Amino acid sequence: MRRITVSEVSKTFTLHNQGGTVLPVLNRISLHVDAGELVVLSGPSGCGKSTLLKMLFGNYLADQGSILIAGDEEEVDLVSAHPHQVLELRRHTLGFVSQFLRVIPRVSTWDLVAEPLERRQMDREEINERVSRMLRRLNLPERLWTLAPATFSGGEQQRVNIARSMIVHYPILLLDEPTASLDARNRDVVAEMVQEARAQGSALVGIFHDDELRGRLADRLVMLEATQCV
Amino acid sequence: MREPILTARDVTREYAPGQGCLGVSLDVWPGEVLGIVGESGSGKSTLLRLLSGQESPDSGTLQFIDRHQTVWDLCSSSESDLRYLGRTEFGIIHQNPRDGLRLRISAGGNIGERLMGVGERHYGDIRAEAEKWLAEVEIDPSRIDDRPAVFSGGMQQRLQIARNLVTHPKLVFMDEPTGGLDVSVQAKLLDTLKRLVHDLGISVVIVTHDMGVARLLADRLLVMKSGQVIESGLTDQVLDDPHAAYTQQLVASILQVN
Amino acid sequence: MSELTGYNFAYLDEQTKRMIRRGLLKAVAVPGLQVPFGGREMPLPYGWGTGGIQVTAAIIGDDDCLKVIDQGADDTTNAVSIRRFFAKTAQVATTEVTEDASIIQTRHRIPETPLVSGQILVYQVPIPEPLRFIEPRETETRKMHALSEYGVMHVKLYEDIAQFGQIATAYAYPVMVNGRYVMDPSPIPKFDNPKMHQNPALQLFGAGREKRLYAVPPYTDVVSLDFEDHPFEIQRWDGVCELCGADDTFLDEVVVDDQGARMFVCSDTHHCRSRRGEDA
Repeated sequence: MRRITVSEVSKTFTLHNQGGTVLPVLNRISLHVDAGELVVLSGPSGCGKSTLLKMLFGNYLADQGSILIAGDEEEVDLVSAHPHQVLELRRHTLGFVSQFLRVIPRVSTWDLVAEPLERRQMDREEINERVSRMLRRLNLPERLWTLAPATFSGGEQQRVNIARSMIVHYPILLLDEPTASLDARNRDVVAEMVQEARAQGSALVGIFHDDELRGRLADRLVMLEATQCV
Repeated sequence: MREPILTARDVTREYAPGQGCLGVSLDVWPGEVLGIVGESGSGKSTLLRLLSGQESPDSGTLQFIDRHQTVWDLCSSSESDLRYLGRTEFGIIHQNPRDGLRLRISAGGNIGERLMGVGERHYGDIRAEAEKWLAEVEIDPSRIDDRPAVFSGGMQQRLQIARNLVTHPKLVFMDEPTGGLDVSVQAKLLDTLKRLVHDLGISVVIVTHDMGVARLLADRLLVMKSGQVIESGLTDQVLDDPHAAYTQQLVASILQVN
Repeated sequence: MSELTGYNFAYLDEQTKRMIRRGLLKAVAVPGLQVPFGGREMPLPYGWGTGGIQVTAAIIGDDDCLKVIDQGADDTTNAVSIRRFFAKTAQVATTEVTEDASIIQTRHRIPETPLVSGQILVYQVPIPEPLRFIEPRETETRKMHALSEYGVMHVKLYEDIAQFGQIATAYAYPVMVNGRYVMDPSPIPKFDNPKMHQNPALQLFGAGREKRLYAVPPYTDVVSLDFEDHPFEIQRWDGVCELCGADDTFLDEVVVDDQGARMFVCSDTHHCRSRRGEDA
């Protein structure tokens, strides 16, 4: 099943406060991703990998073209969608693992990870079960569970982020360097989780700087070329 | 998809030429948090007062659908109806809790007032409900008979929230709810707000000039400048990929604290 | 009593009396509604019953018989002064006998003897606005009355119970009149509240300083506010009146000597005396 269909998408940033500088980033990009497939975006730094990934999440708006996202119920074009449709997609269809953790300060690790499950009105016992399994799997020591991640190391924060984003199953999962600040052992755990998501039929799009990991995970590479910038 | 509970079209309230709120249109959807950001004097608070029926617009239309699916035209509703909605369907959280609380009445009385206002006449039930709501906003229920005058700013704000939510309003308006608070108290309050909004499924219109608050609470954002909405969209989209020059300036001026 | 010259009948000029009567008619027509009126300067200070006196002056006629009580007593300074005032300015008959009076002006009590149809009870009122304790703005309290927004009245009772375990308001206990307006019954003890309900007499209220009139017409529902689980109750005493032995009246505690000895007696002096007369 085709989950993502990107056609002729362009993106330009206009920096009004820097003399109206226009930065063209993507020019008429097309790609598609099927269920059960992991597509890795690659290309030199600054070629727009991250921008494209954010556009697939509705975080950045495309200037033109279309980005069709097929959920289980309906297909939505992110370029023209109403914000509510995008929110709805994010609730059930689109998951995003970003590089940074952006949460309310002082909320405990446990509560952060449990939140996506609570939103789905899962019962308390199952939530507790799944959260502790996830935190253990990512080697987050139990003494950290009741603490807020603000004081954690980069790698620990990253793992909280992954736990939070991957604890529910999304038909589409976008990965923005999920393993950037992880050690080898945890990188392998995340790679394993990514593979499991794929096996469960998720369509995945990711950016990985780690060549070894990219080779191990990617079904397909999509090259973005900096030359597309004018 | 469900329909918006509050619909504003071309709402204008001009205090002086170019000042106030000029031709604003917006929708508030069930269960969403709509943030209104912009600098001081951009018309945010005026818009909030118009939306909540505290002030009536010079022109434009405002429509609200209550829990019984009754459609209210807020611009032509009688003052009596507006006040009724204010007690039952709306909640209003002021920036300064002193504007939203009765300081000489106990915490329990403050929470109970709205219940008594809609006809609750059983002391024991009212008290039990007040205790429940104190716990809900994380105030020790043993302080039920204390006057808010002896509470800290953060506790006063929590009490104001409890007082508003006790009758389960459908739509809550907040004007800089974390404005006067210490940063550490703010975070805790934001967390409480976020949880309550989600658990109760209420819609919220929140006015703030704090982009951090907007990012953490709001699903959608409207950016206001000189009385007009100049940009709108998903909160993270507006903040991460701002299009209007003013919005870019606003976002660029956020202090990066991590 | 000697006649005073140079005054209009009952002190006030006819225009003023007419104006007050118009206000009273409106007050009777809308039971419990506070009607503003142009209060006049009276030859006694505010707080001594200027509102009540103006109402009495506006309704009193040649053939009326006036009784004045202050805290139930006919013989206190204020009561005596007001009674003499009308005896001089209107040459009307005065009495201390409740049954004989056609107009009874009162401060803070309703007589123990049940009133009958045709009698008028005139109350002196210090603060007519029951919502004032919580809302200082007159514009806002008027709006609250207009829209029947009376939730805050129960907040006051709630505070009482929260603080004292019971409704501790003992006088000026708020009532709902005719199912519409919340009214301050003036500082009568709540013991007297039930007497207002369905009373055959006309009850008029005058607030001189605040310049407000209101009324409870005969046979009108007057219900004291309360909670389902804390119903309205009147005061009770363990003892009886030490003069007449009554066990169903409102008792005053009076100090009787320099050693601090005290006794409980009926606050309604006429009622007490007539009971003793019967006893004797």
